[in-house]
Amino acid sequence: MTAYDVERGDEVHRGDPVEVDRYTGGARINHWITAISLVLLALSGLALFHPDLFFLTALFGGGEITRMIHPWIGVVLFFSFFGLFVRFWRANLWKGEDGTWLARLKDVLTKHEERLPEVGKYNAGQKAVFWLMSILIIVLICTGLVIWDQYFSMFTSVETKRVAVLIHSMAAVTIICVWIVHVYAAIWVKGTIGAMTKGQVTGGWAWRHHRKWLKELVSGGKVE
Amino acid sequence: MAFEFELPNPNTKNPTVGMSDADLVRRSASTVPAPAKKLTPVAKLIDVSKCIGCKACQSACLEWNDKRAPVGENVGVYDNPPDLSPEMFTLMRFTEWVNPETQSLEWLIRKDGCMHCEDPGCLKACPAPGAIVQYSNGIVDFVHENCIGCGYCVKGCPFNIPRISKNEARPKAYKCTLCSDRVAVGQGPACAKACPTHAIVFGTKDEMKKHAEDRIKDLKSRGYKNAGLYDPPGVGGTHVMYVLHHADKPEIYADLAKDPRISPIVELWKGATKYVGLAAMALFAAIGVVHYAVEGPNKVSSEDEENAKRLAGNGRP
Repeated sequence: MTAYDVERGDEVHRGDPVEVDRYTGGARINHWITAISLVLLALSGLALFHPDLFFLTALFGGGEITRMIHPWIGVVLFFSFFGLFVRFWRANLWKGEDGTWLARLKDVLTKHEERLPEVGKYNAGQKAVFWLMSILIIVLICTGLVIWDQYFSMFTSVETKRVAVLIHSMAAVTIICVWIVHVYAAIWVKGTIGAMTKGQVTGGWAWRHHRKWLKELVSGGKVE
Repeated sequence: MAFEFELPNPNTKNPTVGMSDADLVRRSASTVPAPAKKLTPVAKLIDVSKCIGCKACQSACLEWNDKRAPVGENVGVYDNPPDLSPEMFTLMRFTEWVNPETQSLEWLIRKDGCMHCEDPGCLKACPAPGAIVQYSNGIVDFVHENCIGCGYCVKGCPFNIPRISKNEARPKAYKCTLCSDRVAVGQGPACAKACPTHAIVFGTKDEMKKHAEDRIKDLKSRGYKNAGLYDPPGVGGTHVMYVLHHADKPEIYADLAKDPRISPIVELWKGATKYVGLAAMALFAAIGVVHYAVEGPNKVSSEDEENAKRLAGNGRP
């Protein structure tokens, strides 16, 4: 059986507790470059989105620098996220159990793991975050280029730019909401953050939240 | 006989400045206290039927604002430079139009530039506090030290007027100021001063409307039955108005907007999106806090760890 959701570097280490390698060093660096870019983009973007948040431009050294730097951070995020996409897309393909998992979201939120299907490396919520981020980042970079007036203003009409700036702001609001879900899930589900800092989770965490993945690792001989 | 709206030469000794921050009625991305007393609304009236296309207004504008538009190329039309620019705040736009009723060629010349809308779309779109201001006399002005060069004003403007400077480290938005610095000391705009046919006149908005009425009456008496005033209500009226011989067809004058208004897309972006957006983000964060408080953290149990050990075959090599 080829396990679709076992990624390069995933491995189980026996011990007390069992430890499971979940993210390689490269994946973690890639993630944190993306994360920092996203936070900086949110702060600089919100500063220009609502007058009450204009004070956030001070973090970047003023309004002009904020306006200048925001699109460049966007370029960094786009390429950085592209790296994550290449790493993670296969394990995020939608599977039969994901529909069941999502239908029982109430059990997810009330911690009734025993009523949920066993899931692979990513559950339906994580997959939704992954694909929403992917789509929204494409929307944001495309509309962002249209309104990057310093270099690209001559290529589109004012009317196109109006539509682009509206879509850009709506997509940005949506991606910030998705980001809140992502961060909250990492905080709420204890033992998760270590995956992106140390690269490892405990066997118990994997058993509780991603049992199919753990079983595939063991049955695939990725144990030492 | 001196022309009615000929402006006197300036008083160079102790001029009194009649416009200050206390006279602001709107300030971009911020609020201003209502002014104690309002200035009389002013307006520039451009009588298209009297314009001879000499471009003295353009020269006067460059001169007063100390701008130099780069030498251009002849592209076969009279428009020069070809478009408004960060240096050229006003531009004669020439249209050759065949009147379908008379079959005669009419040479329409419209002096384009900021209309100084009563409801300015640029100001609504601007994210930088105080970069665009509106005085109680109706003048809409850009304050360059507050401008961040984002180009949102370009998207907000229903007349496609502001231009962002390119060839400098700090791009800024530029447009006609209605010579706010001249008006502040009791003078009219430089273009009006320079116009040899008095096609451009300046005064209070009421005076200008009255003057326009006389002009329209004259034009009608000479066969222009659709002559009229262009003071579009969709933007609350403007402080730059046109007398048009064909006021029923403003679009023939180099695409002058027929019924200009702030784009509904801009209204949605700067209206509902702004408030719903912040509310949505706050709601998501609040749901997280409440959920954590109600459900508590989702912790891995020791039973989970034991199951993992059994699965991994702890103890076996």
